[in-house]
Amino acid sequence: MDYLTLIQLLDSTLRLATPLLLACLAGLFSERAGIFDIGLEGKMLAAAFFSAAVASLTGNVWVGLLAGIGASLALSALHGVASITFRGNQLISGVAINFLAAGMTVLIAQSWFKQGGRTPSLMGGARFEGITLPGAEALADVPFIGPLYAELISGHSILVYMALAAVPLTWWLLYRTRFGLRLRAVGENPASVDTAGVSVVGLRYAAVAICGVLCGIAGAYLSTALQAGFVKDMSAGRGFIALAALIFAKWRPWYALWATLLFGLFGALETRPDVIESVIGMKVQSQFLGALPYIMTVVILAGFVGKAIPPRAGGEPYVKER
Amino acid sequence: MDVMPKWAEVVLVPLISLLLAGIISALVVLAIGEDPVAAAKLMVSGALGSTYGWGYTLYYATNFMFTGLAVAIAFHARLFNIGGEGQAMLGGLGVALACLYIPWPHWSLALVGAAVMAGLFGAIWAAIPAWLQAKRGSHIVITTIMFNFIAAALLNYTLVNMLRPKGSMDPATARFSEATNLPTLHDLLSPLGIAFSKAAPANISLLVAIAACFGLWLLIWRTRLGYEIRAYGYSESAAKYAGISPVKITMVAMIISGALAGLMAINNVMGEAERLVLNSTEGAGFIGIAVALMGRSHPLGVFIAAILFGFLYQGGAELALWTSIPRELIVVIQALVILFTGALDNMVRMPLEKLFLARRRARVAKEGAAN
Amino acid sequence: MSDETTVKRQAIAASTSPAIELKGISKAFGPVQANKDISIRVMPGTIHGIIGENGAGKSTLMSILYGFYKADKGEVWINGSKTEIPDSQAAIAAGIGMVFQHFKLVENFTVLENIILGAEDGRLLKPSLAKARRTLVELANDYGLNVDPDALIQDIGVGMQQRVEILKALYRQADILILDEPTGVLTPAEADQLFRILDRLKSEGKTIILITHKLREIMETTDTVSVMRRGEMTATVKTAETSPAELAELMVGRKVLLRVDKKPATLGEVVLDIKGLKVVDDKGVERLRGIDLQVRAGEVLGIAGVAGNGQSELLEVLGGYADGTGEVRLNGAPLDLTGRLSDGQSRRNRGIAHVPEDRQREGLIMEYQAWENTAFGYHHDSEYRAGLLMNNAAIREDTAEKMERFDVRPPNPKLAAKNFSGGNQQKIVLAREIERNPDLLLIGQPTRGVDIGAIEFIHQQIVALRDQGKAILLVSVELEEILALSDRIAVMFDGQVMGERQPDQTDEKELGLLMAGITDTGAATAAKGT
Repeated sequence: MDYLTLIQLLDSTLRLATPLLLACLAGLFSERAGIFDIGLEGKMLAAAFFSAAVASLTGNVWVGLLAGIGASLALSALHGVASITFRGNQLISGVAINFLAAGMTVLIAQSWFKQGGRTPSLMGGARFEGITLPGAEALADVPFIGPLYAELISGHSILVYMALAAVPLTWWLLYRTRFGLRLRAVGENPASVDTAGVSVVGLRYAAVAICGVLCGIAGAYLSTALQAGFVKDMSAGRGFIALAALIFAKWRPWYALWATLLFGLFGALETRPDVIESVIGMKVQSQFLGALPYIMTVVILAGFVGKAIPPRAGGEPYVKER
Repeated sequence: MDVMPKWAEVVLVPLISLLLAGIISALVVLAIGEDPVAAAKLMVSGALGSTYGWGYTLYYATNFMFTGLAVAIAFHARLFNIGGEGQAMLGGLGVALACLYIPWPHWSLALVGAAVMAGLFGAIWAAIPAWLQAKRGSHIVITTIMFNFIAAALLNYTLVNMLRPKGSMDPATARFSEATNLPTLHDLLSPLGIAFSKAAPANISLLVAIAACFGLWLLIWRTRLGYEIRAYGYSESAAKYAGISPVKITMVAMIISGALAGLMAINNVMGEAERLVLNSTEGAGFIGIAVALMGRSHPLGVFIAAILFGFLYQGGAELALWTSIPRELIVVIQALVILFTGALDNMVRMPLEKLFLARRRARVAKEGAAN
Repeated sequence: MSDETTVKRQAIAASTSPAIELKGISKAFGPVQANKDISIRVMPGTIHGIIGENGAGKSTLMSILYGFYKADKGEVWINGSKTEIPDSQAAIAAGIGMVFQHFKLVENFTVLENIILGAEDGRLLKPSLAKARRTLVELANDYGLNVDPDALIQDIGVGMQQRVEILKALYRQADILILDEPTGVLTPAEADQLFRILDRLKSEGKTIILITHKLREIMETTDTVSVMRRGEMTATVKTAETSPAELAELMVGRKVLLRVDKKPATLGEVVLDIKGLKVVDDKGVERLRGIDLQVRAGEVLGIAGVAGNGQSELLEVLGGYADGTGEVRLNGAPLDLTGRLSDGQSRRNRGIAHVPEDRQREGLIMEYQAWENTAFGYHHDSEYRAGLLMNNAAIREDTAEKMERFDVRPPNPKLAAKNFSGGNQQKIVLAREIERNPDLLLIGQPTRGVDIGAIEFIHQQIVALRDQGKAILLVSVELEEILALSDRIAVMFDGQVMGERQPDQTDEKELGLLMAGITDTGAATAAKGT
């Protein structure tokens, strides 16, 4: 494998990791606050559709992004009402949200665009284009550093850089601010927060809302940056891979970056079987690569390689004990 | 304390949930510019108006009975088996292997053989997450989700690389031999002088599914194993005290669950397609969740809910055929049913409980005054 | 407190109005009336005890005061002015701090993080943590409340955790401190230390409300005591002007029978013989550190000790649901302590019946009906079987008979366990276990949360079983119960038996020392224990 192939591979790794990273951080906020969220997939899908649809109708991708975030937030609110206010089963609520998004997006797409559940292809201002970072063209021909900067680091859409910036931001928020302390506490022992006079419900809704915003950006990225328009079921299990990455990352922001990059790399390799063959000298089935994130997560969950301990109050609705 | 009478718990709560789901679905239909009343009429006539419609309704219902029972038995042990889809896929693989490689002399033997394979494959696919939960404490919801994806990849691999007939581009097995083809309801009913559509896929698997409903009812409510499963589901600590092994119950409940989900394959793979295709399960594993929730994990409830969802599926297909409403409407209805009967259960229940409590207080006060 | 003016101001307030006054508080949970029209006045700078049986409504009342629950009716007055307490924030602002029975700490946070949680000084943590660190040093100096600010909660002991809870309240500048059953998890020595701290707080002008069901604590530490019974406040008296007997009577509504009538024991063969029994929990902590005990036919061996010193593990391993090592013999034959034959079923087959400590979590399935619970653990019995199926009719019939004999009310086999009162739930368990005619009965906390009438009945049943020549191993944290029922008493501390005593040759004081790990030979063991 030559250097340029490597750069290309890493480039597509980054592209594929971005939605995973955003969704993974989204799940991190929610689950750190004690709300399990297997509805990441549905929220992403809804956001993907609404951002593509609105971008297509208005011609402005930023308006589309807002619409996507709005759709994702609406589903977050539903999850919040079900699991926080009515203390329902968070897992079942997540399942319902996934189906709701899968059905509604096609239904609305068909009603609006009549193209069999897809949006028209997005062009120009209705899409997030790659940003050329300053000096990328000038440096492009410098050996080694040139391709690295011009190809790998430069040239992504703004959302990629936002996702990367979200990692240190999440870390800072979680470990350096009052909000983060309370958020982590509410996921470990909500009674400690409640007796300290802080609203458990408020904190959890805040966490679920942040989760909604991040999922919204992840979904918008899928349909307006990674691809040019919405197609049915386009999230294609990414929400679940993000969930897997979250477990893999043991609910920590920096680990989340590495986990999603790793899973992104698997995705990138799936389309380049020739690369694997040249590196390890044997053929690897693409199905195996596709299943690898799931298999690795099961192994991690089984505790064979480093036990992943979820937030202690996760999945349990908070009821004041008598 | 029990606040509500049992009938309210069993009948009223699911009915209100269903009603809410129905109303919102109607609003959705209205919002996309269609007439909900006309749509409902079309669904009823399409799914129930002919033996052809019934044949499809019951065909779908058969799938959902198996997957609904699978989710229900796991619920009794307080395990959420979200992996019915993957287990059904593996069941399909089992059926395909049984039908392709064994020269069955008669469909009845083939049915038994295929059912065993289907159950076995499904059970194995559920047993791994069950073992990980019981022995390693790995959250079964997450592992069963992961196993759905792994199953899909596995099925994809075997179909593309191993079972696909030479020269075929289609990732599917060859057709099963004639001898394995199951009798349809048409075949079963015509000797009785009942004319049933020949084209409809409902087949003898329906009877197997009904038998499974009865068998599971017996298991849950009348056997010591069922007693232990329910006890474990209610309280793990009490189960341990009584000498009921959590590991055993987790394994057994999930193995039964996986076997039931796998059994679905005798209907869709053996009974209908007569070969194994890539997406043979069509999400039936997930519909099992909605069916089990609506049926309150009771086999009779599952039976009724499965028929309802069978009707929705067939009706939805008719809608997609004759109107511009896509089939995905059914997915929305399914989501709403899961939402209201599962996640928002308390929303429906709390006002009802208040109502019953107020009524009881009033009654007590009246009696007090009378004395 | 270093600030003398604060003390003075409080002293002035003390002469004028109560620190806390509750007027006509009522609270219902669904159909259960937890508090009925309760009024109480707590004077500033005093320690005010609230005593009552389990379930009398003490914790509910205090949770209302702390804004954790909303009262259905009634008013709260603090320092002479009517105060609304809709949430804990308001309670904290009104100067109320609460130490709950079950600590409200985040296990994987440090002490410091727990203390600032909810009382941070700004959006960023750094300054808050720095300030809390300084304040903590001051508080430690003022009240002798030393604690390592950087230790994780999960790494420190319960006594230390309780200290963190008190510090949390003081950090929020609480003038009124409520402690809910603070000694339940403490050794007598730790409890004494706590009471010294409370005295010091009182002398600094703080008002303290102490909730407990232990008469001794009330008599030793409080200035005033209020008694609660079944959700109602029955009396408030000066501690100096009352006696334990009077308080006990007020608590239960009539004279308490502290002694159980029983004949001298007729001892038979050794039924249970335990040698060097050890239990290690899943965290690797040794919970039983080599127990030697014998129980003979026809005797009650009482195990005394502060909760959490290995009694539960002893019952669990004997009951078959915890693994152990060592040697245990039943009627001379060894008992498996691990593996397939170490489970509840095998134990029952061997003639061991077990009334567990926590009937709601272990002894019963609360959703199961009485008849299903009567078969619980015995559901493999041949008489409950009809071929492959369970013989539900036979179980129901049997249950009806048992309910009749044990006077379970209402005598309805089809009622779910959760719909019975605590005492009647316990009778269902007891009927199930005793009627099996076991050789050995394990019984933990037989009367916890049980009303007085049922207590007498349960005690009589235990004595009757003993008189039939059965061996009984009784575990209870209630010393009075141990003294009343036992023929022999073994005291457990930190997973070991500290000593055995005859009930008529010992008293609460001596047992209390043993429970704190102090044997007659000196304090050496206690040091080793901790």
